[in-house]
Amino acid sequence: MTSAAFGTVLFAMLAGALRVSTPFLFVSLGECLTEKSGRINLGNEGALVLGAMAAYAISYETGNPWAGLLAAAGVGACLGLLHAALCSLTKVSDIAMGIAIMLAGTGTAFFFGKPYIQPSAPQLPTIPFGFWSSSAQIRSALDVSPLFFLGVIVGIAMAWGFRNTRLGLTIRIVGDSADSARAMGLRINLIRLGATAVGSALAGIGGAFLSLVYPGSWNEQLSSGQGLIAVALVVFARWNPLYCIGAALLFGAAGALGPSLQSVGISKGYYLFNAAPYVLTLVLMILSVRPGRSLKGAPGELSIVR
Amino acid sequence: MSRRFTASRRELLLGAGSAAALVGTSGHMAFAKGPVTIGFIYVGTKDDYGYNQAHAEGAAAIKGMKGIKVVEEEKVPETLDVEKTMESMMALDGATLLFPTSFGYFDPFMLNEAKKHTDVQFRHCGGLWDKSKHPMNAGSYFGYIGQGQYLNGVVAGHMTKSKKLGFVAAKPIPQVLININSFTLGARSVDPSITVQVIFTGDWSMPVKEAEATNSLIDAGADVITCHVDGPKVVVETTERRGAFTCGYHANQQKLAPKGYLTGAEWNWATVYKMFADKALKGETMPNFVRGGLADNFVKMSPYGPAVSDAAKKNADSVKAEMVKGGYAVFKGPLKDNKGKEVIAADKAYPETAIELESMNYLVEGVIGNLA
Repeated sequence: MTSAAFGTVLFAMLAGALRVSTPFLFVSLGECLTEKSGRINLGNEGALVLGAMAAYAISYETGNPWAGLLAAAGVGACLGLLHAALCSLTKVSDIAMGIAIMLAGTGTAFFFGKPYIQPSAPQLPTIPFGFWSSSAQIRSALDVSPLFFLGVIVGIAMAWGFRNTRLGLTIRIVGDSADSARAMGLRINLIRLGATAVGSALAGIGGAFLSLVYPGSWNEQLSSGQGLIAVALVVFARWNPLYCIGAALLFGAAGALGPSLQSVGISKGYYLFNAAPYVLTLVLMILSVRPGRSLKGAPGELSIVR
Repeated sequence: MSRRFTASRRELLLGAGSAAALVGTSGHMAFAKGPVTIGFIYVGTKDDYGYNQAHAEGAAAIKGMKGIKVVEEEKVPETLDVEKTMESMMALDGATLLFPTSFGYFDPFMLNEAKKHTDVQFRHCGGLWDKSKHPMNAGSYFGYIGQGQYLNGVVAGHMTKSKKLGFVAAKPIPQVLININSFTLGARSVDPSITVQVIFTGDWSMPVKEAEATNSLIDAGADVITCHVDGPKVVVETTERRGAFTCGYHANQQKLAPKGYLTGAEWNWATVYKMFADKALKGETMPNFVRGGLADNFVKMSPYGPAVSDAAKKNADSVKAEMVKGGYAVFKGPLKDNKGKEVIAADKAYPETAIELESMNYLVEGVIGNLA
């Protein structure tokens, strides 16, 4: 590989990280919040898809993409509330319920989304950080969506909040030990309800990014499982919101590897490069998981840990 | 999620009766009474601005025909699921003619069903039906859309400034390779220094990967983009946002790229489905192997976009006029693949009808890319 080609690939990976990572970021942060309160929500894939559809539909109907964004957060929160409410009943498995919510969310989105596959909806604006450059590539790569920064800010705020605020500590107590929380007089179900609703609202915003920013179109294959991957990223990020940011960026960059290698003429074995994000996750998992510390950081009340 | 038109009990009995009457009459549609039920199976959604929409438009064209009933199912994966869909269309809706439209349905799924149900006619889009190997109640139809991609290439060849074109492709199967190669040959007929960069995404519908591929191609200097994926909407919209030119595929995407849309290669399946429906109504024997191009009105070109230069229009129109006469050979020797190996000898020329083209397994000189 010549150095110019190497530069192009690195550049494409950076640009890819900025473009592709945002949905992973929002869903993994939302899931992180929910799991910190002691509950798993696999339904975030459904919130992502339904959010994408709602954002696109509302943006198209009202002509205002920001209204679409609000709608996405709203439908996400509704799905989250439904999940949390059903899981607060006794003997309801949050894993099984999450899968049901996921199917309900995607199914609803496909049902109502039919008439919106063809029309073009107004898109959310981006911030042109590349204004200083005369190169069209750099200008396009640095057209970053404000949602990306919102995601990073939410991540940092969550990491800080879990340590330093009353609310953050409350969520962690509820997630780590329901018995202690009960002894302290905390209302466990209410706190989990809030954490799940907000978590799903974040996933819905991730969906709005897919349909209103990048790739910026609604169709039924739009997510192709990104919500589920993001849920797995939370484990990979050890329930740390800051690591979630890193994991999402890494995944975005790895996803850009396949197309960009082909674009500089390295096209042998593209199936392998297209699988790069998954290979990368596996390798990092193997490297980082050691006996004894594998689930360090996992909230104690999670059904997979208990 | 997917829409199915369920049959009433009367229609079911009618269908079952007519199917029973047909047992043993392979290759014939022996009845003219009662409605003929025709089943269409799509791999994606019917309104994807692409492959499935083109077929659904063809299906819609025969819905109004007297004595024809159309049943459809969308989003059927290229797995055993499609056999189940076919079974249910035959058993519940009484379908006697089935069009499984996606490439992966053919072998083994449609062939299995055709062997089991000799009284039903199966026609597949794009498969290479072979008289010596495959059942007589099966068959295939396809359009020489490579001709359209050649014309796309001619127009792109005139409009490119960077002399680099981009092609976003799903999988390296013969139909896709014919399109990539035709597009390249069309562009290089204008200027032999033009190269075409191809990116394979690995599947028919991967919106995020298609957007990434389009951005990568434009970042690498391509200024005209075309594609062969199921729904070109994402590719066309991304290209328009980046200010590059697009050549469309499958259906007309002009509306998605009012500035940058040059022209496009479109299907015209109504021609094919009307022919089959007519034969079904009259009870005539259906052809097993149906092919056609611009000359037969199986494919058509999108109207030129506003950016296209007069020189490009003139050149493309004159080639199109030749193609409409029939027998125009896009692939003629001497032709090398992109590894320098001769793939067509100097004295050979393959017109669009040449069956050799349908097992194409190379990328021609000028394409930057690899098959695996």
